[in-house]
Amino acid sequence: MSNPENLKYTASHEWVRTEADDTVSIGITQHAQELLGDMVFVESPAVGRKLKAKEECAVVESVKAAADVYAPVSGEVVAVNGELDSAPEKINADPYGAWMFRMKPDNAADVAALMDAAAYQAVVDSESH
Amino acid sequence: MVDFGGWDMPVNYGSQVDEHHQVRNDCGMFDVSHMRVVDIKGRGVRDFLRYLLANNVDKLTTPGKALYSCMLLENGGVIDDLIVYFMEEQWFRIVVNAGTADKDIAWMRKQVVEHAKAHPDCYASGASKAESEAPAEAAPGDGAQNEEPAENEVSAEAAPPDEEVKRIPNAYLFGDMTQEEAAKIIFREQDEEPAEKPPLDIADHPDLSIIAIQGPRAREKLWEAMPGSKQLTEKLAPFNAVVLGTMFIARTGYTGEDGFEVMLPSYAAPYFWKSLLEKGVEPCGLGARDTLRLEAGMNLYGQDMDENVNPLESGLAWTVDLKSERDFIGKAALLASPPARKLVGLLLLDRGVLRGHQKVHTPHGEGEITSGSFSPTLNQSIALARVPKDVQAGDQVQVAIRDKMLTAKVVKYPFVRNGKGLI
Repeated sequence: MSNPENLKYTASHEWVRTEADDTVSIGITQHAQELLGDMVFVESPAVGRKLKAKEECAVVESVKAAADVYAPVSGEVVAVNGELDSAPEKINADPYGAWMFRMKPDNAADVAALMDAAAYQAVVDSESH
Repeated sequence: MVDFGGWDMPVNYGSQVDEHHQVRNDCGMFDVSHMRVVDIKGRGVRDFLRYLLANNVDKLTTPGKALYSCMLLENGGVIDDLIVYFMEEQWFRIVVNAGTADKDIAWMRKQVVEHAKAHPDCYASGASKAESEAPAEAAPGDGAQNEEPAENEVSAEAAPPDEEVKRIPNAYLFGDMTQEEAAKIIFREQDEEPAEKPPLDIADHPDLSIIAIQGPRAREKLWEAMPGSKQLTEKLAPFNAVVLGTMFIARTGYTGEDGFEVMLPSYAAPYFWKSLLEKGVEPCGLGARDTLRLEAGMNLYGQDMDENVNPLESGLAWTVDLKSERDFIGKAALLASPPARKLVGLLLLDRGVLRGHQKVHTPHGEGEITSGSFSPTLNQSIALARVPKDVQAGDQVQVAIRDKMLTAKVVKYPFVRNGKGLI
């Protein structure tokens, strides 16, 4: 599965999608879910929490391991995907559909400055060599 | 793939959880060739093992019978856990963990010399008699002190001369393997000749592979893949093994399901694996092996116990024979210090996943998780934890996970046996 062109990415393997209302949805990439394997638990940040870019704010746990999820940009958490509480395996089945939480970024420019699909693919390639 | 005791091993082939369910509901196979087979042969082997192991090999009276045991340090710490098979009166087979194998063998060789000094009567009563009774498959160097090897005698274990390499039948080659590579597998490099002939022959077999076939349909699948094995293994009781040519088939495992562990020469292992694959047996990785054994309440060496803890504090009192009069290494230490801690099962009541090394707060003091994961069968997180001895099943404890304290219940384990949750 290739990384969708319309998304932005971080080196810590989060994807970021700008929604119609200028909030951003955040999830973990195909590469990240593949490394972690079967997801069994997701811990999302509380709605209303203010996050700084690169702050640890969520956790995904697979049978194998726990991994931190980082805020891609600074901003406020405005929603979490409650569906993942009971069905964390959706991250495995559809990593770019299974958003974990939504933020209202402090600066839209921060989102624009994130990596595009090609730059992210280069990060993935460099990690697997 | 991960490095596991120097072996490159897959954590999972596909989905780890699917592999887990496959074994619980049907049948899966594991390449566990990293486990090391050690054969101990010679007069006195039973006396030696009676002294070496915490469990009592006198429980082994019929050929092929297996026994789980710990091998202890003088202070009671666990050097390794292992399975010992009684083959014949002068031959016992031991299967040890990969990461500890070299240490284990060195320990055995050291102990046998000391035991023989203290109890010479247990061992060879006379050189000529010992030789005449020596098993046919004597290992490298056996008897070399006493006999000049015949000039034209070919020792299978010696490093092969070029002539030998050329004579390796093509049937032993597979893939793009060269004859030299095949020779390395078939001919073991000879260890340096010991200065003195040891009281017992203790030889490991890195040239043997082990494939575990596990699950409720493991027996029928083995028989489909290898029809010749049916007659011999149909009546084989759990924890027993039979020899079939160069193969050794044991009704043992590490999953809490029925099944076999099959030892065979490494050159034959890929063929065996492929024939099982053709019968629909799914390959399973280290990940599923770990969740299966954890559900089955089976200890993992290096996690649930090691040299710093004794078996009585590791849920393994059932494997330590303190009743018989025999002395064994570590016995005095175990008798001198009654256990202050014990291993219990934990079931996480809150959402999350228990993991090794998380701290456990109990009404009787602090403990620690030794193994934790998510149980695919129970759909809940479970763990083994070492806690103060007064903690009882049914108690609620708090586990520190990241910045939170989560509630878990103390339970008796195993959590799962033969496909069914027991909690």
